[in-house]
Amino acid sequence: MGTLVEEIFSRQLGRAVEAGEIVLLDVDYIMSHDNTTPLAIKAFREIGKPMRDPAKAVIHFDHAYPAPNQLAAENQQKIVRFIQEQNMPHFYHRGVCHQVMIEEGFVRPGGVVIGADSHTVTYGALGCFSTGLGSSEIGAAWVTGKAWFKVPETILVRLEGAARPGVFSKDVMLHIAGRMGMDGATYRSLEFAGSYIDALAVHERIVFANMSVEIGAKCGLIAPDERTFEYLRRETKARPPYEQFEAVQPRYERVFEVNVSALEPQVACHPDVDQVKPLSEVAGLPIDQVYIGTCTNARFEDLALAASILKGRQVSRFTRTLVTPASQTIYEKALAAGLIQVFLDAGCTVNAPGCGACIGRHGGILAPGERAFTTMNRNFIGRMGSPEAEIYLGSPAAAAATAIEGRIADPRKYMG
Amino acid sequence: MARAWKFGDNLNTDEIMPARFNITIDEKELASKVFCEIRPDYAPNARPGDVVVGGWNFGCGSSREHAPVAIRGSQAGCVVAASFARIFFRNAINIGLPILESPEASAGIEDGDEVEVDLASGAIYNRTRGTSFQARPLPPFVLKIASAGGLVKFLREHEIEELTA
Ligand code: SF4
Repeated sequence: MGTLVEEIFSRQLGRAVEAGEIVLLDVDYIMSHDNTTPLAIKAFREIGKPMRDPAKAVIHFDHAYPAPNQLAAENQQKIVRFIQEQNMPHFYHRGVCHQVMIEEGFVRPGGVVIGADSHTVTYGALGCFSTGLGSSEIGAAWVTGKAWFKVPETILVRLEGAARPGVFSKDVMLHIAGRMGMDGATYRSLEFAGSYIDALAVHERIVFANMSVEIGAKCGLIAPDERTFEYLRRETKARPPYEQFEAVQPRYERVFEVNVSALEPQVACHPDVDQVKPLSEVAGLPIDQVYIGTCTNARFEDLALAASILKGRQVSRFTRTLVTPASQTIYEKALAAGLIQVFLDAGCTVNAPGCGACIGRHGGILAPGERAFTTMNRNFIGRMGSPEAEIYLGSPAAAAATAIEGRIADPRKYMG
Repeated sequence: MARAWKFGDNLNTDEIMPARFNITIDEKELASKVFCEIRPDYAPNARPGDVVVGGWNFGCGSSREHAPVAIRGSQAGCVVAASFARIFFRNAINIGLPILESPEASAGIEDGDEVEVDLASGAIYNRTRGTSFQARPLPPFVLKIASAGGLVKFLREHEIEELTA
Protein backbone atom coordinates (compact mmCIF):
# COMPACT_ATOMS: atom_id res chain seq x y z
CA MET A 1 0.00 0.00 0.00
CA GLY A 2 1.18 3.47 -0.75
CA THR A 3 3.51 5.30 -3.07
CA LEU A 4 6.33 3.50 -4.87
CA VAL A 5 8.86 4.37 -2.22
CA GLU A 6 6.53 3.28 0.58
CA GLU A 7 5.86 0.07 -1.34
CA ILE A 8 9.57 -0.73 -1.76
CA PHE A 9 10.39 0.02 1.88
CA SER A 10 7.38 -1.95 3.14
CA ARG A 11 8.33 -5.01 1.10
CA GLN A 12 11.89 -4.79 2.32
CA LEU A 13 10.91 -4.50 5.98
CA GLY A 14 7.95 -6.89 5.86
CA ARG A 15 5.63 -4.33 7.44
CA ALA A 16 3.73 -1.31 6.18
CA VAL A 17 5.58 1.99 6.43
CA GLU A 18 4.46 5.48 5.54
CA ALA A 19 5.96 8.87 4.83
CA GLY A 20 7.54 10.54 7.84
CA GLU A 21 8.74 7.34 9.56
CA ILE A 22 12.42 6.65 10.15
CA VAL A 23 13.46 3.23 8.92
CA LEU A 24 16.64 1.22 8.98
CA LEU A 25 17.01 -0.75 5.74
CA ASP A 26 19.25 -3.61 4.69
CA VAL A 27 20.92 -2.45 1.52
CA ASP A 28 21.56 -4.74 -1.46
CA TYR A 29 24.65 -2.89 -2.66
CA ILE A 30 26.90 -0.08 -1.53
CA MET A 31 28.41 1.79 -4.48
CA SER A 32 31.39 4.14 -4.44
CA HIS A 33 33.99 5.37 -6.92
CA ASP A 34 37.56 6.61 -7.06
CA ASN A 35 36.53 10.10 -5.95
CA THR A 36 34.48 9.15 -2.90
CA THR A 37 36.04 5.85 -1.77
CA PRO A 38 39.13 7.34 -0.05
CA LEU A 39 37.01 9.20 2.54
CA ALA A 40 34.87 6.08 2.98
CA ILE A 41 37.99 4.04 3.74
CA LYS A 42 39.01 6.68 6.28
CA ALA A 43 35.59 6.47 7.98
CA PHE A 44 35.69 2.66 7.88
CA ARG A 45 39.11 2.59 9.55
CA GLU A 46 38.01 5.05 12.21
CA ILE A 47 34.94 2.99 13.08
CA GLY A 48 37.34 0.10 13.54
CA LYS A 49 34.89 -2.76 13.04
CA PRO A 50 34.99 -5.50 10.38
CA MET A 51 33.28 -5.32 7.00
CA ARG A 52 29.95 -7.10 7.27
CA ASP A 53 29.80 -8.50 3.73
CA PRO A 54 32.45 -7.49 1.17
CA ALA A 55 30.14 -8.70 -1.62
CA LYS A 56 27.74 -5.82 -0.91
CA ALA A 57 30.37 -3.27 -1.87
CA VAL A 58 30.80 -2.27 -5.51
CA ILE A 59 33.71 0.02 -6.36
CA HIS A 60 34.21 1.78 -9.68
CA PHE A 61 37.06 3.76 -11.16
CA ASP A 62 35.47 6.33 -13.47
CA HIS A 63 35.80 9.88 -12.19
CA ALA A 64 39.46 10.29 -13.05
CA TYR A 65 40.33 7.16 -14.97
CA PRO A 66 42.86 6.37 -16.30
CA ALA A 67 44.56 8.59 -13.71
CA PRO A 68 45.32 11.98 -15.25
CA ASN A 69 47.89 12.90 -12.60
CA GLN A 70 50.00 11.36 -9.88
CA LEU A 71 47.70 12.26 -7.00
CA ALA A 72 44.80 10.48 -8.68
CA ALA A 73 47.08 7.53 -9.39
CA GLU A 74 48.10 7.30 -5.73
CA ASN A 75 44.45 7.49 -4.62
CA GLN A 76 43.57 4.62 -6.92
CA GLN A 77 46.55 2.63 -5.75
CA LYS A 78 45.32 2.97 -2.16
CA ILE A 79 41.83 1.88 -3.14
CA VAL A 80 43.13 -1.16 -5.02
CA ARG A 81 45.12 -2.21 -1.96
CA PHE A 82 42.02 -1.82 0.19
CA ILE A 83 39.96 -3.94 -2.21
CA GLN A 84 42.64 -6.65 -2.06
CA GLU A 85 42.94 -6.44 1.71
CA GLN A 86 39.18 -6.76 2.22
CA ASN A 87 38.66 -9.35 -0.52
CA MET A 88 35.97 -7.28 -2.20
CA PRO A 89 34.72 -9.16 -5.26
CA HIS A 90 33.09 -6.27 -7.16
CA PHE A 91 35.56 -3.86 -8.74
CA TYR A 92 35.06 -2.21 -12.14
CA HIS A 93 36.75 0.21 -14.47
CA ARG A 94 34.34 -0.17 -17.33
CA GLY A 95 32.91 3.33 -17.52
CA VAL A 96 30.57 5.61 -15.59
CA CYS A 97 29.58 3.88 -12.35
CA HIS A 98 25.80 4.23 -12.75
CA GLN A 99 25.70 2.71 -16.21
CA VAL A 100 27.97 -0.15 -15.12
CA MET A 101 25.79 -0.76 -12.02
CA ILE A 102 22.81 -1.28 -14.32
CA GLU A 103 24.65 -3.36 -16.92
CA GLU A 104 26.33 -5.65 -14.41
CA GLY A 105 23.05 -6.56 -12.74
CA PHE A 106 23.28 -4.76 -9.39
CA VAL A 107 20.04 -2.92 -10.05
CA ARG A 108 16.71 -4.72 -9.65
CA PRO A 109 13.11 -3.59 -9.23
CA GLY A 110 12.31 -3.39 -5.52
CA GLY A 111 16.00 -3.28 -4.59
CA VAL A 112 17.77 -0.87 -2.26
CA VAL A 113 21.10 0.55 -3.39
CA ILE A 114 23.08 3.37 -1.83
CA GLY A 115 26.04 5.10 -3.41
CA ALA A 116 28.57 7.77 -2.63
CA ASP A 117 27.48 9.77 -5.64
CA SER A 118 24.49 12.03 -6.01
CA HIS A 119 23.40 10.44 -9.29
CA THR A 120 22.90 7.06 -7.62
CA VAL A 121 19.23 8.02 -7.97
CA THR A 122 19.54 6.83 -11.59
CA TYR A 123 18.42 3.26 -10.75
CA GLY A 124 14.96 4.51 -9.80
CA ALA A 125 14.11 4.30 -13.50
CA LEU A 126 14.10 0.51 -13.07
CA GLY A 127 12.02 0.59 -9.90
CA CYS A 128 15.00 0.29 -7.55
CA PHE A 129 15.18 2.61 -4.55
CA SER A 130 18.60 4.20 -4.84
CA THR A 131 20.05 7.35 -3.43
CA GLY A 132 23.28 9.23 -2.90
CA LEU A 133 24.97 9.49 0.48
CA GLY A 134 28.31 10.81 1.63
CA SER A 135 31.46 8.79 2.09
CA SER A 136 31.15 8.36 5.87
CA GLU A 137 27.82 6.61 5.42
CA ILE A 138 29.36 4.33 2.82
CA GLY A 139 32.14 3.43 5.27
CA ALA A 140 29.47 2.91 7.93
CA ALA A 141 27.35 0.75 5.61
CA TRP A 142 30.34 -1.47 4.88
CA VAL A 143 30.31 -2.19 8.63
CA THR A 144 26.56 -2.42 9.22
CA GLY A 145 25.09 -3.44 5.85
CA LYS A 146 22.35 -0.91 6.60
CA ALA A 147 21.33 2.70 6.17
CA TRP A 148 18.67 4.85 7.80
CA PHE A 149 16.06 6.81 5.87
CA LYS A 150 13.19 9.05 6.59
CA VAL A 151 10.41 7.73 4.36
CA PRO A 152 9.89 10.67 1.99
CA GLU A 153 6.68 12.33 0.87
CA THR A 154 6.06 11.82 -2.83
CA ILE A 155 5.40 14.24 -5.66
CA LEU A 156 3.75 12.60 -8.64
CA VAL A 157 5.05 13.96 -11.93
CA ARG A 158 2.37 13.04 -14.45
CA LEU A 159 3.57 13.28 -18.02
CA GLU A 160 0.84 12.99 -20.61
CA GLY A 161 0.87 13.04 -24.40
CA ALA A 162 3.48 12.18 -27.02
CA ALA A 163 6.64 14.16 -27.67
CA ARG A 164 7.03 15.82 -31.02
CA PRO A 165 9.96 14.72 -33.24
CA GLY A 166 13.21 16.24 -31.95
CA VAL A 167 11.94 16.37 -28.37
CA PHE A 168 13.44 13.79 -26.01
CA SER A 169 13.17 12.87 -22.35
CA LYS A 170 16.09 15.23 -21.69
CA ASP A 171 14.03 18.15 -23.00
CA VAL A 172 11.07 17.11 -20.86
CA MET A 173 13.24 16.76 -17.76
CA LEU A 174 14.89 20.15 -18.32
CA HIS A 175 11.44 21.66 -18.64
CA ILE A 176 10.45 20.08 -15.30
CA ALA A 177 13.65 21.37 -13.64
CA GLY A 178 12.95 24.84 -15.00
CA ARG A 179 9.45 24.84 -13.58
CA MET A 180 10.12 23.15 -10.23
CA GLY A 181 13.48 24.82 -9.51
CA MET A 182 16.63 23.44 -7.95
CA ASP A 183 15.02 22.80 -4.58
CA GLY A 184 11.55 22.02 -5.92
CA ALA A 185 11.67 18.40 -4.70
CA THR A 186 14.12 18.53 -1.77
CA TYR A 187 13.77 15.47 0.50
CA ARG A 188 10.91 14.19 -1.68
CA SER A 189 10.48 11.08 -3.76
CA LEU A 190 9.52 11.85 -7.34
CA GLU A 191 7.29 9.40 -9.14
CA PHE A 192 7.23 9.71 -12.92
CA ALA A 193 4.11 8.32 -14.55
CA GLY A 194 1.52 8.98 -17.25
CA SER A 195 0.95 7.97 -20.85
CA TYR A 196 4.27 9.49 -21.97
CA ILE A 197 6.25 7.35 -19.48
CA ASP A 198 4.23 4.21 -20.29
CA ALA A 199 5.24 4.45 -23.94
CA LEU A 200 8.82 5.54 -23.28
CA ALA A 201 11.89 3.34 -23.87
CA VAL A 202 13.88 2.57 -20.74
CA HIS A 203 17.05 4.38 -21.86
CA GLU A 204 14.97 7.57 -22.06
CA ARG A 205 13.25 6.90 -18.73
CA ILE A 206 16.66 6.76 -17.07
CA VAL A 207 17.15 10.49 -17.71
CA PHE A 208 14.24 11.36 -15.38
CA ALA A 209 15.56 9.31 -12.48
CA ASN A 210 19.11 10.48 -13.11
CA MET A 211 18.23 14.17 -13.00
CA SER A 212 15.75 13.98 -10.14
CA VAL A 213 18.61 14.96 -7.81
CA GLU A 214 18.99 18.18 -9.81
CA ILE A 215 15.78 19.37 -8.20
CA GLY A 216 16.78 18.04 -4.80
CA ALA A 217 14.90 14.73 -4.70
CA LYS A 218 15.90 11.76 -2.54
CA CYS A 219 14.86 9.38 -5.30
CA GLY A 220 13.12 9.42 -8.67
CA LEU A 221 11.07 6.30 -9.31
CA ILE A 222 9.23 4.71 -12.19
CA ALA A 223 7.00 1.67 -11.60
CA PRO A 224 8.55 -1.41 -13.24
CA ASP A 225 6.58 -2.73 -16.21
CA GLU A 226 7.06 -5.08 -19.17
CA ARG A 227 9.49 -2.61 -20.78
CA THR A 228 11.58 -2.62 -17.61
CA PHE A 229 11.72 -6.41 -17.48
CA GLU A 230 12.56 -6.65 -21.16
CA TYR A 231 15.36 -4.10 -20.72
CA LEU A 232 16.75 -6.00 -17.73
CA ARG A 233 16.71 -9.25 -19.69
CA ARG A 234 18.25 -7.79 -22.81
CA GLU A 235 20.69 -5.16 -21.56
CA THR A 236 21.78 -6.29 -18.10
CA LYS A 237 23.04 -9.26 -16.11
CA ALA A 238 20.12 -9.06 -13.65
CA ARG A 239 18.28 -12.33 -14.21
CA PRO A 240 14.59 -12.96 -13.61
CA PRO A 241 12.38 -13.35 -11.68
CA TYR A 242 11.84 -9.61 -11.22
CA GLU A 243 9.72 -8.09 -8.52
CA GLN A 244 6.47 -6.61 -9.75
CA PHE A 245 4.74 -3.84 -7.89
CA GLU A 246 3.03 -0.51 -8.32
CA ALA A 247 1.73 2.33 -6.22
CA VAL A 248 -1.43 1.19 -4.42
CA GLN A 249 -3.88 3.87 -3.25
CA PRO A 250 -0.96 6.29 -2.96
CA ARG A 251 -1.22 9.57 -1.09
CA TYR A 252 0.76 12.20 -2.96
CA GLU A 253 1.94 15.46 -1.46
CA ARG A 254 1.16 17.05 -4.78
CA VAL A 255 0.77 16.26 -8.44
CA PHE A 256 2.80 18.06 -11.07
CA GLU A 257 1.43 17.79 -14.59
CA VAL A 258 3.11 18.31 -17.93
CA ASN A 259 1.57 18.07 -21.35
CA VAL A 260 4.57 16.72 -23.22
CA SER A 261 3.10 17.21 -26.69
CA ALA A 262 3.26 20.99 -26.26
CA LEU A 263 7.03 21.05 -25.73
CA GLU A 264 9.81 22.01 -28.11
CA PRO A 265 13.53 21.27 -27.55
CA GLN A 266 14.82 22.81 -24.29
CA VAL A 267 18.16 24.10 -23.05
CA ALA A 268 19.39 24.73 -19.49
CA CYS A 269 21.46 27.90 -19.63
CA HIS A 270 24.48 29.03 -17.67
CA PRO A 271 24.83 28.89 -14.68
CA ASP A 272 22.02 26.75 -13.22
CA VAL A 273 20.03 23.71 -14.26
CA ASP A 274 16.74 25.54 -13.66
CA GLN A 275 17.62 28.37 -16.09
CA VAL A 276 15.69 26.58 -18.79
CA LYS A 277 14.56 28.11 -22.07
CA PRO A 278 13.17 26.78 -25.33
CA LEU A 279 16.17 26.08 -27.55
CA SER A 280 14.85 28.55 -30.14
CA GLU A 281 15.53 31.41 -27.70
CA VAL A 282 19.24 30.65 -27.44
CA ALA A 283 19.83 29.27 -30.95
CA GLY A 284 22.87 30.81 -32.62
CA LEU A 285 24.95 31.21 -29.45
CA PRO A 286 28.57 30.29 -30.39
CA ILE A 287 29.92 27.09 -28.79
CA ASP A 288 33.57 26.12 -28.27
CA GLN A 289 33.05 22.57 -27.06
CA VAL A 290 30.33 19.99 -27.54
CA TYR A 291 30.39 17.05 -25.15
CA ILE A 292 28.21 14.01 -25.69
CA GLY A 293 28.74 11.85 -22.63
CA THR A 294 27.91 11.14 -18.95
CA CYS A 295 25.50 8.98 -16.97
CA THR A 296 22.63 11.09 -18.32
CA ASN A 297 22.92 10.76 -22.07
CA ALA A 298 25.69 8.55 -23.44
CA ARG A 299 23.89 5.25 -23.82
CA PHE A 300 23.97 3.37 -27.11
CA GLU A 301 20.69 4.91 -28.30
CA ASP A 302 21.96 8.43 -27.47
CA LEU A 303 25.09 7.81 -29.51
CA ALA A 304 23.03 6.34 -32.35
CA LEU A 305 20.83 9.44 -32.33
CA ALA A 306 23.83 11.79 -32.43
CA ALA A 307 25.46 9.70 -35.15
CA SER A 308 22.33 9.79 -37.29
CA ILE A 309 22.65 13.58 -37.34
CA LEU A 310 26.44 13.68 -37.80
CA LYS A 311 26.58 11.01 -40.50
CA GLY A 312 28.10 12.40 -43.68
CA ARG A 313 28.57 15.84 -42.08
CA GLN A 314 31.46 17.67 -40.46
CA VAL A 315 31.60 19.33 -37.08
CA SER A 316 32.41 23.02 -37.11
CA ARG A 317 36.14 23.71 -37.37
CA PHE A 318 36.54 25.56 -34.08
CA THR A 319 34.11 23.48 -32.04
CA ARG A 320 35.85 20.61 -30.25
CA THR A 321 33.38 17.76 -30.25
CA LEU A 322 33.93 15.05 -27.67
CA VAL A 323 32.05 11.78 -27.60
CA THR A 324 32.43 9.63 -24.48
CA PRO A 325 30.38 6.42 -24.40
CA ALA A 326 29.05 5.83 -20.88
CA SER A 327 30.59 2.35 -20.65
CA GLN A 328 32.91 -0.11 -22.36
CA THR A 329 29.89 -2.24 -23.20
CA ILE A 330 28.30 0.70 -25.00
CA TYR A 331 31.60 1.50 -26.68
CA GLU A 332 31.78 -2.06 -28.03
CA LYS A 333 28.22 -1.89 -29.33
CA ALA A 334 28.83 1.49 -30.92
CA LEU A 335 31.95 0.18 -32.56
CA ALA A 336 30.13 -2.86 -33.95
CA ALA A 337 27.29 -0.66 -35.24
CA GLY A 338 29.71 1.67 -37.04
CA LEU A 339 28.84 4.68 -34.88
CA ILE A 340 32.42 5.32 -33.79
CA GLN A 341 33.45 5.54 -37.43
CA VAL A 342 30.71 8.09 -38.06
CA PHE A 343 32.00 10.24 -35.18
CA LEU A 344 35.60 9.99 -36.35
CA ASP A 345 34.64 10.81 -39.93
CA ALA A 346 32.73 13.87 -38.72
CA GLY A 347 35.79 15.16 -36.89
CA CYS A 348 34.82 14.24 -33.32
CA THR A 349 37.22 13.07 -30.64
CA VAL A 350 36.13 9.80 -29.05
CA ASN A 351 37.22 9.46 -25.41
CA ALA A 352 37.53 6.40 -23.22
CA PRO A 353 34.35 5.72 -21.18
CA GLY A 354 34.20 7.52 -17.85
CA CYS A 355 33.36 10.84 -16.21
CA GLY A 356 36.46 12.88 -17.11
CA ALA A 357 35.16 16.06 -18.70
CA CYS A 358 31.92 16.06 -16.70
CA ILE A 359 33.74 17.12 -13.56
CA GLY A 360 36.58 19.03 -15.16
CA ARG A 361 39.19 16.42 -14.30
CA HIS A 362 40.59 15.60 -17.72
CA GLY A 363 39.72 15.03 -21.34
CA GLY A 364 37.78 18.23 -22.08
CA ILE A 365 38.53 21.03 -19.61
CA LEU A 366 37.24 24.50 -20.50
CA ALA A 367 39.32 27.69 -20.72
CA PRO A 368 38.08 31.03 -19.31
CA GLY A 369 35.48 32.55 -21.61
CA GLU A 370 34.70 29.28 -23.39
CA ARG A 371 31.18 27.99 -23.77
CA ALA A 372 30.19 24.33 -23.85
CA PHE A 373 27.02 22.60 -24.99
CA THR A 374 26.70 19.19 -23.37
CA THR A 375 24.42 16.27 -22.62
CA MET A 376 25.39 16.45 -18.93
CA ASN A 377 22.99 16.84 -16.02
CA ARG A 378 24.39 19.91 -14.30
CA ASN A 379 26.01 23.15 -15.39
CA PHE A 380 27.39 24.58 -12.18
CA ILE A 381 30.02 27.28 -12.40
CA GLY A 382 33.47 25.70 -12.70
CA ARG A 383 32.08 22.20 -13.27
CA MET A 384 34.15 21.62 -16.42
CA GLY A 385 37.23 23.63 -15.54
CA SER A 386 37.44 27.41 -15.55
CA PRO A 387 34.86 29.19 -13.40
CA GLU A 388 34.71 31.74 -16.20
CA ALA A 389 33.42 29.18 -18.69
CA GLU A 390 29.74 28.62 -19.43
CA ILE A 391 27.86 25.32 -19.73
CA TYR A 392 24.58 24.74 -21.59
CA LEU A 393 22.65 21.47 -21.33
CA GLY A 394 20.50 19.75 -23.92
CA SER A 395 19.68 16.47 -25.66
CA PRO A 396 22.18 14.37 -27.65
CA ALA A 397 20.38 15.43 -30.83
CA ALA A 398 20.71 19.11 -30.00
CA ALA A 399 24.38 18.54 -29.13
CA ALA A 400 25.04 16.93 -32.50
CA ALA A 401 23.28 19.72 -34.41
CA THR A 402 25.20 22.29 -32.37
CA ALA A 403 28.51 20.58 -33.20
CA ILE A 404 27.76 20.89 -36.91
CA GLU A 405 26.95 24.58 -36.77
CA GLY A 406 29.35 25.62 -34.01
CA ARG A 407 26.36 27.43 -32.54
CA ILE A 408 23.39 26.22 -30.54
CA ALA A 409 21.20 24.66 -33.20
CA ASP A 410 17.80 23.03 -33.50
CA PRO A 411 18.21 19.29 -34.12
CA ARG A 412 14.97 19.09 -36.11
CA LYS A 413 16.71 20.58 -39.14
CA TYR A 414 18.90 17.50 -39.36
CA MET A 415 16.36 14.85 -38.53
CA GLY A 416 14.70 12.87 -41.31
CA MET B 1 32.18 37.02 18.82
CA ALA B 2 32.28 35.60 15.32
CA ARG B 3 32.04 37.07 11.86
CA ALA B 4 29.27 36.02 9.48
CA TRP B 5 30.25 35.04 5.94
CA LYS B 6 27.13 35.35 3.84
CA PHE B 7 26.40 33.30 0.74
CA GLY B 8 23.38 33.18 -1.57
CA ASP B 9 20.73 30.59 -2.45
CA ASN B 10 21.45 27.24 -4.12
CA LEU B 11 25.10 27.30 -3.16
CA ASN B 12 26.35 24.09 -4.77
CA THR B 13 29.12 21.70 -3.79
CA ASP B 14 31.24 22.77 -6.78
CA GLU B 15 31.17 26.29 -5.40
CA ILE B 16 32.03 25.07 -1.90
CA MET B 17 34.73 22.69 -3.09
CA PRO B 18 35.53 22.72 -6.82
CA ALA B 19 35.84 19.17 -8.17
CA ARG B 20 39.35 19.62 -9.41
CA PHE B 21 40.64 20.27 -5.89
CA ASN B 22 38.90 17.46 -4.05
CA ILE B 23 41.34 14.76 -5.10
CA THR B 24 42.86 14.94 -1.64
CA ILE B 25 41.27 13.95 1.66
CA ASP B 26 43.65 16.16 3.65
CA GLU B 27 41.37 18.43 5.65
CA LYS B 28 43.81 21.36 5.89
CA GLU B 29 44.47 21.30 2.17
CA LEU B 30 40.76 21.11 1.38
CA ALA B 31 40.15 24.01 3.77
CA SER B 32 42.72 26.13 1.96
CA LYS B 33 40.58 25.85 -1.20
CA VAL B 34 37.11 26.13 0.30
CA PHE B 35 34.93 28.72 -1.54
CA CYS B 36 38.11 29.67 -3.46
CA GLU B 37 36.28 30.71 -6.60
CA ILE B 38 33.25 32.51 -5.27
CA ARG B 39 34.81 33.93 -2.08
CA PRO B 40 38.61 33.89 -2.44
CA ASP B 41 38.86 36.10 0.66
CA TYR B 42 37.22 33.45 2.89
CA ALA B 43 39.97 30.85 3.37
CA PRO B 44 42.78 33.27 4.23
CA ASN B 45 40.64 35.39 6.58
CA ALA B 46 38.18 33.05 8.30
CA ARG B 47 38.79 32.77 12.04
CA PRO B 48 37.99 29.79 14.26
CA GLY B 49 34.34 29.93 15.22
CA ASP B 50 33.22 32.13 12.30
CA VAL B 51 29.77 31.42 10.95
CA VAL B 52 28.97 30.50 7.35
CA VAL B 53 25.49 31.79 6.48
CA GLY B 54 23.72 30.46 3.40
CA GLY B 55 20.32 30.89 1.78
CA TRP B 56 17.94 28.22 0.51
CA ASN B 57 19.16 24.79 -0.61
CA PHE B 58 22.67 25.13 0.81
CA GLY B 59 25.07 22.47 -0.48
CA CYS B 60 23.07 21.18 -3.44
CA GLY B 61 24.71 19.09 -6.16
CA SER B 62 27.29 16.41 -5.62
CA SER B 63 27.47 13.95 -2.73
CA ARG B 64 31.09 14.89 -2.12
CA GLU B 65 31.78 14.91 1.59
CA HIS B 66 34.85 16.99 0.79
CA ALA B 67 32.55 20.04 0.88
CA PRO B 68 31.48 19.90 4.56
CA VAL B 69 34.92 18.54 5.51
CA ALA B 70 36.52 21.62 3.92
CA ILE B 71 34.19 23.93 5.85
CA ARG B 72 34.95 22.07 9.08
CA GLY B 73 38.66 22.31 8.23
CA SER B 74 38.35 26.09 7.92
CA GLN B 75 37.35 25.93 11.60
CA ALA B 76 34.00 27.56 10.98
CA GLY B 77 31.88 27.12 14.09
CA CYS B 78 28.76 26.21 12.18
CA VAL B 79 26.68 26.73 9.06
CA VAL B 80 23.37 28.58 9.31
CA ALA B 81 21.06 28.38 6.27
CA ALA B 82 17.44 28.86 5.29
CA SER B 83 17.43 25.20 4.18
CA PHE B 84 19.95 22.50 3.33
CA ALA B 85 20.15 20.16 0.35
CA ARG B 86 19.56 16.62 1.59
CA ILE B 87 22.94 14.96 1.06
CA PHE B 88 24.80 17.97 2.47
CA PHE B 89 22.56 17.89 5.55
CA ARG B 90 23.34 14.20 6.19
CA ASN B 91 27.03 14.66 5.46
CA ALA B 92 27.36 17.58 7.85
CA ILE B 93 25.66 15.63 10.66
CA ASN B 94 27.73 12.55 9.87
CA ILE B 95 31.06 14.36 10.07
CA GLY B 96 30.09 16.45 13.08
CA LEU B 97 29.85 19.86 11.39
CA PRO B 98 27.16 21.79 13.29
CA ILE B 99 24.35 23.08 11.07
CA LEU B 100 21.37 25.20 11.94
CA GLU B 101 18.29 25.66 9.79
CA SER B 102 16.61 29.05 10.11
CA PRO B 103 15.14 30.99 7.21
CA GLU B 104 14.74 33.99 9.54
CA ALA B 105 18.41 34.04 10.58
CA SER B 106 19.49 33.56 6.98
CA ALA B 107 17.46 36.61 5.96
CA GLY B 108 18.46 38.62 9.02
CA ILE B 109 22.24 38.30 8.81
CA GLU B 110 24.42 40.24 6.37
CA ASP B 111 28.01 39.60 5.39
CA GLY B 112 30.40 40.87 8.06
CA ASP B 113 27.82 41.00 10.86
CA GLU B 114 29.01 40.00 14.31
CA VAL B 115 27.08 36.93 15.37
CA GLU B 116 26.95 34.49 18.24
CA VAL B 117 25.50 31.00 18.14
CA ASP B 118 24.49 28.75 21.01
CA LEU B 119 24.70 25.31 19.48
CA ALA B 120 23.04 23.55 22.38
CA SER B 121 19.89 25.65 22.28
CA GLY B 122 19.93 26.65 18.60
CA ALA B 123 19.79 30.35 19.48
CA ILE B 124 21.43 32.69 16.96
CA TYR B 125 22.22 36.30 17.94
CA ASN B 126 23.06 39.05 15.49
CA ARG B 127 25.05 41.46 17.72
CA THR B 128 25.48 43.99 14.92
CA ARG B 129 21.73 44.42 14.51
CA GLY B 130 20.57 43.43 17.96
CA THR B 131 18.31 40.65 16.68
CA SER B 132 17.99 37.00 17.63
CA PHE B 133 16.66 33.87 15.99
CA GLN B 134 15.79 30.31 16.93
CA ALA B 135 16.88 27.44 14.67
CA ARG B 136 14.60 24.47 13.94
CA PRO B 137 15.32 21.60 16.33
CA LEU B 138 16.93 18.47 14.87
CA PRO B 139 14.87 15.25 14.88
CA PRO B 140 15.78 13.04 17.89
CA PHE B 141 17.59 10.31 15.97
CA VAL B 142 19.64 12.90 14.07
CA LEU B 143 20.48 14.44 17.42
CA LYS B 144 21.84 11.08 18.55
CA ILE B 145 24.37 11.16 15.70
CA ALA B 146 25.14 14.84 16.11
CA SER B 147 25.71 14.63 19.85
CA ALA B 148 28.07 11.67 19.41
CA GLY B 149 30.15 13.96 17.16
CA GLY B 150 29.15 12.27 13.92
CA LEU B 151 28.25 8.85 12.53
CA VAL B 152 31.76 7.41 12.70
CA LYS B 153 32.09 8.25 16.38
CA PHE B 154 28.56 7.00 17.06
CA LEU B 155 29.32 3.63 15.48
CA ARG B 156 32.55 3.22 17.43
CA GLU B 157 30.47 3.01 20.61
CA HIS B 158 27.06 1.88 19.42
CA GLU B 159 25.24 -0.41 17.01
CA ILE B 160 23.34 1.24 14.16
CA GLU B 161 20.08 -0.33 15.40
CA GLU B 162 20.23 2.02 18.41
CA LEU B 163 19.56 4.95 16.07
CA THR B 164 15.98 3.98 15.49
CA ALA B 165 15.43 2.30 18.87
S1 SF4 C 1 29.14 11.25 -15.60
FE1 SF4 C 1 29.21 13.16 -14.44
S2 SF4 C 1 27.30 13.24 -13.29
FE2 SF4 C 1 27.58 11.11 -14.00
S3 SF4 C 1 28.63 10.06 -12.32
FE3 SF4 C 1 30.22 10.83 -13.69
S4 SF4 C 1 30.77 12.85 -12.86
FE4 SF4 C 1 28.81 12.29 -11.95
